[in-house]
Amino acid sequence: MNTISGAQAVIKALEREGVDIVFGVPGGAILPAYDPLYDSPIRHVLARHEQGAGHMAEGYAWATGKVGVCIVTSGPAATNLVTPLANALMDSIPIVAITGQVATTSVGNDAFQEAYTTGITMNATKHNYFVTNPDDIPDVIHEAFHIAATGRPGPVLVDLPKDILNAHLKWHKPPKLDLPGYKPTVEGHPRRILEAIKLIESAHRPVIYAGGGIIKANAADQLRMFAEQTNAPVVTTLMGLGGFPGDHDLFLGMPGMHGTYAATTAIQKADLLIALGVRFDDRVTGNPDFFAPHASVIHVDVDPAEIGKVRQAEIPIVGDVGRILEQMLEAWAKRPAPDHKEWLEKVNSWRTDNPVRFDQQPDGPLKPQYVIEELYRRTGGDAIVVSGVGQHQMWTALHWKFSRPREWINSGGLGTMGFGVPAAIGAKAGAPERTVYLIDGDGSFQMTHQELATASAEGFPIKIALINNGVHGMVRQWQTLFYGSRYSGSELGRDTVNFPMLAEAMGCVGMRVETPGEVGPAIEKSLSINDRPVLIEFVVDPDEMVFPMVPAGGSNDQIILGPEDLE
Amino acid sequence: MNQHTLSVLVENKAGVLARVSSLLARRGFNIHSLAVGPTADEGISRMTIVVDAPELEQVKKQLHKLINVVKITELDRATAVEREISLIRVSTDGQKRSDVLEVATLFDAVAVDVGVSTIMFLVTGSPEKVNDFVELVRPYGIADLVKSGRVALARDQKSRKLRAS
Ligand SMILES: Cc1ncc(C[n+]2csc(CCOP(=O)(O)OP(=O)(O)O)c2C)c(N)n1
Repeated sequence: MNTISGAQAVIKALEREGVDIVFGVPGGAILPAYDPLYDSPIRHVLARHEQGAGHMAEGYAWATGKVGVCIVTSGPAATNLVTPLANALMDSIPIVAITGQVATTSVGNDAFQEAYTTGITMNATKHNYFVTNPDDIPDVIHEAFHIAATGRPGPVLVDLPKDILNAHLKWHKPPKLDLPGYKPTVEGHPRRILEAIKLIESAHRPVIYAGGGIIKANAADQLRMFAEQTNAPVVTTLMGLGGFPGDHDLFLGMPGMHGTYAATTAIQKADLLIALGVRFDDRVTGNPDFFAPHASVIHVDVDPAEIGKVRQAEIPIVGDVGRILEQMLEAWAKRPAPDHKEWLEKVNSWRTDNPVRFDQQPDGPLKPQYVIEELYRRTGGDAIVVSGVGQHQMWTALHWKFSRPREWINSGGLGTMGFGVPAAIGAKAGAPERTVYLIDGDGSFQMTHQELATASAEGFPIKIALINNGVHGMVRQWQTLFYGSRYSGSELGRDTVNFPMLAEAMGCVGMRVETPGEVGPAIEKSLSINDRPVLIEFVVDPDEMVFPMVPAGGSNDQIILGPEDLE
Repeated sequence: MNQHTLSVLVENKAGVLARVSSLLARRGFNIHSLAVGPTADEGISRMTIVVDAPELEQVKKQLHKLINVVKITELDRATAVEREISLIRVSTDGQKRSDVLEVATLFDAVAVDVGVSTIMFLVTGSPEKVNDFVELVRPYGIADLVKSGRVALARDQKSRKLRAS
């Protein structure tokens, strides 16, 4: 009988799933699997920290639409993965994590480098497996990929004890899927589709509220056609940016806490909300009791648990949002585009009267928004943009006109500082021909900046705009507004770290920019370097705040447009 | 309190009970009782979960997200059979023994262990019946008490009229 080791089966199963790259860090328990990986066509990228490996897998998945894979050892390595797993769960990112585990004979004994990985990650994954029989490996890996990529995508973890990796099994094909309880709905219910069409037809002030589901479902084309057919203005959430062209006439921007006036207000005045692949996150709704008070809701989502969770929907439709938009377009086919002249004029006036603004004086302190707008101009918007978490993330969302899906990668649901550097590496690994520009904060950057070494060692020439305000800006903004400017624990110091030297020390090019005049040339230079990662430190005004803003838990009717509204 | 009974078919795999209870805990749903056992199909177990939740729809939808959950049925008290088992050790000091035995007879409770000053009863029935028995013997002194958690199944709707009780 022809047998292979469990470890060989793992690598073979990954190859069968079409995996071409994995991000990881080896260690005792997973060592058996690293041996066959050495001979495999699958590329291994050695991260500097397992959190980095996890976010790299996420960046890769986000940029490509494929499943990202990370592989780490047991115990501390697995616990280091908890953050990326939770992040992937919140943002519906398909990744498969392979973890080593101590031998089954030691499991539960507080053995060296043992952690109860499946228990710890139970609520941070869509599903996880603890493999106790080597014969199960081919099917488990196949199921893991299937679960990660289908329905509402998410992270799946496979925990593999060392003795199982060393045991032998008979390889079989094709793999089986034995998931009696897992049958995601794809098609929308035809009766519901018709009800939705009727409601859309009778609406006077419709708003399409589209989220990350549009990107996950590759439904951007369907969304654009649907918006044009129904002549309805569109807002996209932070996660949905790029799901609808940012320069389209019908586009109002992002709604919510740091959303545009037009997007947030249109929802407040709407009589119909067509919610597509969104989860009514509190950063969008503010206090849900005051959210879209006049609107009926059509809610389309692949995850039935999202429907009715925050806001009751008059018409719930479960299924793949791309497929459902196709069904709606078919049902709509013979109807003319409705005339929403009055409504569109109104939302247009909100848009033109309340643009997102900032004030860059030629010889004043450098404004972060100016840096971002220059980046947009100089790249022609042709880049994959990744961000950390904080003010710089919101400024990027507000000042970059995303026009295509998968060009905006950030941590929305969990808000994970430190996401940026590794996610940018993963994105570059998935889209090597694209410019990948990370716009990071000095706080976020310092949580995972050791991965710069990975970027240069492994040849991922990412570009980084480090927005250095010397503070945890988003925290400081809240302290300014709600804690009487008492800056407790939010000051990093602008000159503590010499960032260009740090970048150079890790094999990257480092630059420093302090005045508006230097911004353009530095960006041009960064665009001309493609053999190494480049970091530009932009030393910016620490007092700059993100506006518009709706204070947490408040009503979206009360938008602070700028510092002048604070008095 | 809004109590609901769910009958949940799950794959018979390691850790499923932990997944279910931890999901309910994470979502803030209080479990009143939870009983698990095999079904006629050896790959499938049935959980009877009694939850306190104002809004059952979310409980069901969240449970459905678990890959190992195969089917969820909400049981309506009017159309389901619900049973509990309880073992109760009652003090029977002095005069009390014959009184306690008399109560037990009324409830079809069976004496399963008899000591000098206590008797352990087994009582089976609807949750209300088991409760009533407990309340009636409480004044005599309960030394120990254990309940099984509720098990329940929907009645056969079609043949319902054929049955006497
Ligand atoms: C891992 C993690 N820890 C803490 C926070 C809380 N937090 C949110 S924004 C922020 C400050 C971000 O600072 P920086 O990355 O420098 O960006 P800025 O706001 O200055 O642009 C903090 C501490 C978080 N989101 N993630």
